[in-house]
Amino acid sequence: MRSKFTGKAFVYGKNIDTDQIYPGRYLDLTDAPDVAKHAMEGADGDFAKEFKAGDIIVAGTNFGCGSSREHAAITLSAAGVSAVIADSFARIFYRNGINLGLPLLVSPGIASRVSRGDELEVDLEKSEVANKTTHERYPLEPVTEYAKNILEAGGIKPLLKARFGG
Amino acid sequence: MHAVEKILAAKAGKDAVATGEIVNCTVDVAGINDLYLQTARSFSEIGGKRVKNPQNVYIFMDHYAPASTIMQAENQKRFREFAAEQGIDGVMDIDQGVCHQVVIDKGLSRPGRLVVITDSHTTIHGALGAFGTGVGATDLATILASGQLWFRVPEVIRINLEGTLKKGVFAKDIILHVIGTLKADYGVYRAVEFTGPALAHLSMSERFAMCNMTTEMGAKTSWIRPDAVTFAFLKEKGVTEYTVYETDPGYKYWAEHNFDVGSLEPQLAAPHSVDNVAPLSEFEGLEVQQAYLGTCTGGRLEDLTIAAGIVKGRKVAKGTRFIVVPASKNVLLDAMKTGVMQTLVEAGATFVTPGCAACLGVHEGMLASGDRCISASNRNFPGRMGSGQAELYLGSPAAVAAAAVNGKITDPSPYLS
Repeated sequence: MRSKFTGKAFVYGKNIDTDQIYPGRYLDLTDAPDVAKHAMEGADGDFAKEFKAGDIIVAGTNFGCGSSREHAAITLSAAGVSAVIADSFARIFYRNGINLGLPLLVSPGIASRVSRGDELEVDLEKSEVANKTTHERYPLEPVTEYAKNILEAGGIKPLLKARFGG
Repeated sequence: MHAVEKILAAKAGKDAVATGEIVNCTVDVAGINDLYLQTARSFSEIGGKRVKNPQNVYIFMDHYAPASTIMQAENQKRFREFAAEQGIDGVMDIDQGVCHQVVIDKGLSRPGRLVVITDSHTTIHGALGAFGTGVGATDLATILASGQLWFRVPEVIRINLEGTLKKGVFAKDIILHVIGTLKADYGVYRAVEFTGPALAHLSMSERFAMCNMTTEMGAKTSWIRPDAVTFAFLKEKGVTEYTVYETDPGYKYWAEHNFDVGSLEPQLAAPHSVDNVAPLSEFEGLEVQQAYLGTCTGGRLEDLTIAAGIVKGRKVAKGTRFIVVPASKNVLLDAMKTGVMQTLVEAGATFVTPGCAACLGVHEGMLASGDRCISASNRNFPGRMGSGQAELYLGSPAAVAAAAVNGKITDPSPYLS
C-alpha cells in the first residue's frame, strides 16, 4: 500500500448499496477483469467511460450497505480504484474491501465538500486528504492496526497463505 | 455480559469477552451461496487444501435455483465438484430453497449456535437465540480453512416493543417503522435486540421477518431472548440439544428505544431506500404491475396463508402479475398440503421454485422500466429487482396480496377476517 497517492474524485451520496456498486445480474461472472467492467454501474452510467485507474471514490455514510457480495469490493479493486473515502462504511463491505487490500478510509463529512473531478491527494502517514482543486484539507480517521497490517500485505490472502499454505 | 457476547465468548473458548474486543470464534454452521464461487477460489488462493470441518459446511443452490444461464450452471457445477472433493455432504441443491429457511427447517439454527453464511440476511437466526451474521467469500474461505473467523464483539441496541398490533399490521410493518425511524446505518457493526410485551404475540415466522431485516439498518446480528414461543417451535422441529444464553442483569446497552406498536398503521418503504418509510395510506391507490410474495423475509407458510386468505374467492387484477415464491421446499409442501397453493394459483398467482428468485434482480420476476412492484422482500435499492427505472415498494405479505387483487396499493385490513 502506498502511503501517498493522488487521483480524481468520483463523488456519490449516502447509502450507496452493493447493488449499485455491482448489480446482481452480473453475479455469475467470476473473473476479476470481467467483474471490473461493471463497477458502479447501478449508481453511475458514466463511470466505466470516465474512471481511470488510480482515481478515487468519495461517498457519504454507509457506503457498501446491502448484500455480502465480495464482487462489490472485487469490482472496485479490479477497476483500479486507489481508495474509497467515505463518511462511513457498512460492515460486510468493509471486511471484504480490507481483505482485498482496497484502502477504505473514513473522513466524516467529506462527501459534501468534494466535487466530481476534484484532484485529491491522500496522505496516509499524515492521515489527511488534500484537495488540490479547492485547496481544502480533510482529516482521515486513522486506520486500525488490524486493517493496516492487511493493507500493507496487499490484502489478507498473502497473510492467510502464510498461515494455512505453509 | 449480553447473551450475544456470551455466545462469542463460548465459541472463542473464553470465560468473558468485552465490547469491542476482537475474538477468534469456532463456527457451528458455515454456509456458502451458489453465487459466490469466489469462496472456493479464495480457499485455494489462501492455501487451503482440506476443509477443516466439512460436517459444519453447507452449500446452498438458492440464488440461481434453477440456473437460468450457462454461467450460473457452470458455477453450480463447480460447487458440486468442490463439495465432492472436500467431503461436504451438506449440498442443499436447487429443490431446497433459500439458505436461511433451509437452515431453520432442518433445525440447524438453534439457540447458542454461531451461524455464518455468505448472505447478509444471516441476522435472521437471532430470532432463535443463535448468533447469525453474514460475511463475504474470503472470510467464509477462512472458515473453510480453519473452522474459525475473527469477530469484533458488538455493542447492543435494545428495541423495546410495547402494545398489541392492530388487525392488518404485522412484524414487517414494525421493522419497516423501526428502520424508517432509526435509519439505514443506525445499527452498523452493532447487534439489535428486540424485547417487550409485543413479542408475546409474535410467532416465530414474524420474529424471523424482523430479525432478518435488522440487516437493513446495518446490524451485524440480532437477538430475541428465547421464550415459550421459541421453545415450542424447537420442540415441534424435534430440536432438543441447544444452549440458551441469558443477558446478565444490569447489562448496559449502547442505546435503548421504545416503540408503541399498538397504534401502528400498515407501513411501506418507498423507492429507493429501505429507510424511506411512511404509512401505507400515503401511497394508497398507486397502481402496481407486480406483487411479489416470497424471500427469506416474507416467504414462509404463515405469509402465504395470510395472502391466500386475502385472495380467496377473488382474482388477481388485470394488468398485475402476482408472483409467489415459497422460501423453501418445506414451505411449498406445507402450502400444497393446506390448500394454500391451490387458493393462490386459482386466484391467478404465478408460482416460482423455492429460492431467492427475483429478490436480487437476476431471474424469475424481473421488473421492466416503468413497472411499480410491491414486494414482501427486504430491499428496494435502485435496480434491485430488474430495471433501474422500476419502482419497488416494500410491505407486509398481506399488503402484497391486497395489492395483487386490487391492482393498486391497498390497506389489507378490510380483507382480513
